[in-house]
Amino acid sequence: MESVGSIILYLIVALSMIVFSVAAVTTRKILRAATYLLFTLFAAAAVYFMLDYEFLGAVQIAVYAGGIVVLFVFAILLTSKPGDNTEKLTSKSRFLGFVAAIATLLIAGYALVSRCAQLFQPKPEMVTPDMETVGQTLMGTGAGEYLLPFEAVSVLLLACIIGGVVVARKR
Amino acid sequence: MDVTVPILILAIPLFMFLLLGLTGMKMSHKLAGTLGTLGMGTVLVLAYVTAFTYFFGGAPEFIDAAGNRLQYLVFDQTWLAFTQNLVIKIGFLLDPISAMMLVVITTISFMVHLYSLGYMRDHHGVYEHGFQRFYAFLSLFSFSMLGLVVAPNIFQMYIFWELVGASSYLLIGFYYRKPSAVSASKKAFIVTRFADLGFLIGILVLSYYTGTFNFTDFTSSAVAGMEGVTQVNIHTAEGILNIFQSSPAPMFMGASVLTWALVLIFMGGMGKSAMLPLHIWLPDAMEGPTPVSALIHAATMVVAGVYLVARLFPLYLMEESALMIITVVGALTALYAAMVACTQVDIKRVLAFSTISQIAFMMVSLGVARMDIHHGLGYMASMFHLFTHAMFKALLFLGAGALIHAIGSNDYTDMHGLRKYMPITHITFLIGCLAIAGIIPFSGFFSKDEILSSCLGNSTIAYVWMSAVAGLTAFYMFRLYYLIFWWKEHKVHEGHHAPHDQPWVMSLPLIILAVISCVAGFIPFGNLVSWNGVPYDFMAHFNWSVAAVSLVVAIAGIALATVMYRKENELPAKFKNAVPALWRWCHHRFYWDELYMFITHRIIFGCICRPLAWFDRHIIDGTMDSFATITNKASDAIKPLQSGQVQMYVWYYLIGALALGGITYICLL
Amino acid sequence: MEITAIYYLVPALIMFCCGVYGFITRKNMIAMLISLELMLNAVDINFAVFNRFLWPGQLEGMFFTLFAIAIAAAETALAIAIIINIFRAAKNIDVRSLNEMKF
Repeated sequence: MESVGSIILYLIVALSMIVFSVAAVTTRKILRAATYLLFTLFAAAAVYFMLDYEFLGAVQIAVYAGGIVVLFVFAILLTSKPGDNTEKLTSKSRFLGFVAAIATLLIAGYALVSRCAQLFQPKPEMVTPDMETVGQTLMGTGAGEYLLPFEAVSVLLLACIIGGVVVARKR
Repeated sequence: MDVTVPILILAIPLFMFLLLGLTGMKMSHKLAGTLGTLGMGTVLVLAYVTAFTYFFGGAPEFIDAAGNRLQYLVFDQTWLAFTQNLVIKIGFLLDPISAMMLVVITTISFMVHLYSLGYMRDHHGVYEHGFQRFYAFLSLFSFSMLGLVVAPNIFQMYIFWELVGASSYLLIGFYYRKPSAVSASKKAFIVTRFADLGFLIGILVLSYYTGTFNFTDFTSSAVAGMEGVTQVNIHTAEGILNIFQSSPAPMFMGASVLTWALVLIFMGGMGKSAMLPLHIWLPDAMEGPTPVSALIHAATMVVAGVYLVARLFPLYLMEESALMIITVVGALTALYAAMVACTQVDIKRVLAFSTISQIAFMMVSLGVARMDIHHGLGYMASMFHLFTHAMFKALLFLGAGALIHAIGSNDYTDMHGLRKYMPITHITFLIGCLAIAGIIPFSGFFSKDEILSSCLGNSTIAYVWMSAVAGLTAFYMFRLYYLIFWWKEHKVHEGHHAPHDQPWVMSLPLIILAVISCVAGFIPFGNLVSWNGVPYDFMAHFNWSVAAVSLVVAIAGIALATVMYRKENELPAKFKNAVPALWRWCHHRFYWDELYMFITHRIIFGCICRPLAWFDRHIIDGTMDSFATITNKASDAIKPLQSGQVQMYVWYYLIGALALGGITYICLL
Repeated sequence: MEITAIYYLVPALIMFCCGVYGFITRKNMIAMLISLELMLNAVDINFAVFNRFLWPGQLEGMFFTLFAIAIAAAETALAIAIIINIFRAAKNIDVRSLNEMKF
């Protein structure tokens, strides 16, 4: 049985996640869409905190909210004039989008509810992974340890930095 | 005998071909021509030395104690060894006929090389386009022909047989900018190739049963104690016959397999020697330069068929039916060609048909020859006629070349009355005509007379038939002679200078050949050449009554020609109007070309090739095309899916992924 | 009331569907990218939730999410570089007008 506070917290997080993600894809002002995305990302971070993954939540806030959304805002400001509205959607494209979204919802939702005996069990106890555990796991080379992907991601990020510079560079 | 000289005989022309062919364009015309002629002159000397050593050297490998001529294998190298039995060798066989052919080929070839130095340039001394190429091809031809006659096995002969065909093709098409020359060369090549198909099948049949390619294994037995020396022996041929008769299937379609093999090999000879019905290429081959006609299409290559039959003669003796076929084909061809020659306008065509007719004489002579000493005359007569004919026909061709060179036209209608302008050509041409007509002491008299004698020894019909053809020969040759040199005064056209004799490089060969034509008849040929190497004293068998009759026939032919053509008169026109159908058929060569055109175009092209082409174009190509069309149409139809709208792609992808996921899920449940 | 796994998964699913809808309907490429981020986050949440509820003793889901975030950051940076470049070339980032590569 959860405490009332955590239920309220959950409701706020879930509602904001739903509302802001819907708003992010329906608003006609692109800068607002980025802002709604930011809120959605915060909600996701809150979910991580509620699941006791504090490190993940911190990363989510730092990378997404602190990095990516800022990048989005810069890009938006570079590519559009303030006050620009995207034009109204045609009924055809809206229809296609709805069909795709509803179909996804149905298929994935069916998958969820049809196999969900375990999904209704209460949250098991877990020791919150402290920073040392996270660090050891990330740097270890044994089973269930992630040095190699870590290195791969570092190379990927390097390539991405160089690629970003090259692609966006003025000729 | 040392192998150096025989190898050089083959190597020098080959080397000359490569040298002139590869570097000729860098040389001056004169150097190329001189080199070619000098090379051929060397070969001439070597060949004469070889032939002289063979015939008169008296070495034990050439002639045995009893005076019989032997076959000597100078060298014989393995070239391709497919299996233990199927070994193809390259060698050099010296025997009476190959030694004689060496002399004939090198003599004529050298004369032609010399003559072409003058012929292949115009009146201002400017050389023809491709002069060096011409000499390169002449060398190639000489090499091939020499390789053919000395071949000790039938496969080498076949290789060189094709090589002479190829060089003949190259030389007929020498003026490759002239469409008629191109089509003539193609015609020659295709017709002879068709005949060579028969030759090849014949070779394969013969070799399949006997397990050998060597001529000596077919016809000769080894002489004890000497390596590479054999003697022609009828028992070997009988052994071959036994092999065929004891084979599991001795008969095929009513004839023995050996007969089939021999007839098929003779078919190759028919193609090369322009026997009816494969003669059609030879008159067209006159599109080549005249020296080429003299060398290839009068003296050497076209007698290869006769040479081939002579090579395998003991085998032919085993099959009377094959000899009968040879006789009949030869007799028909001789008469046909002689009749056609009476009506042609182009002097080279007349000579071409006369060549066909004379080769047919040789064929008939081989066809009527038999084993015993009396009937064996035919073989010797055939070879003798081959020799004399090569000389006087080359003379006639070279004379015709001189006329053509002087007049600039092939038709006698442009000549007439040239005797005063070109005395040397006139005299030598007359000697050639007398020789071919068979007037006594000229060479043709002796050889033709022996042919007629051997015909008489075989059957009266053949004798009468061939005598009539001989008379016809005298008639058409003198018709040609009178129409060129007499008939009426020569008109020198305005702006042209009067025709005159040619420079010494052209006249000298004429004179030499004329001298040979005068004296060649007195060569004791029977001592040198006979089918089994046993010397043959033909004077003892000389039939004076036959000689008298043939002389009378020849003189009658000449007299008739004199009456009709010496001075311009109405007789030829009257004769033409008296038998218009016959004249028209002769003039159109009995419509053989038209018949071939009909068969190839209407029947083969029309009934076979066109349906096949239709099938190929519509069914096979159509199937392939429809694959392409379907692919094309289908891609056109689905092309709009590739709209460039990324979001549409996402949509398709998503729907597909969801469908896949749904299906998987349903299946897993 | 017990907050079980499904309580987290359903909002994530709705978020994902919003992403799908936005990715298909949006014309502005940056808006499309925003929709893409929504989808990615929805998946990340799924990883974390399954890890937490089904295998609480392990950290695979968490680390998967961690790497996904890193890669998403890289991808976004690069995509934005490309978008800016396209904007320079075409003065426009409307995805429907960028159909040079069709057929």
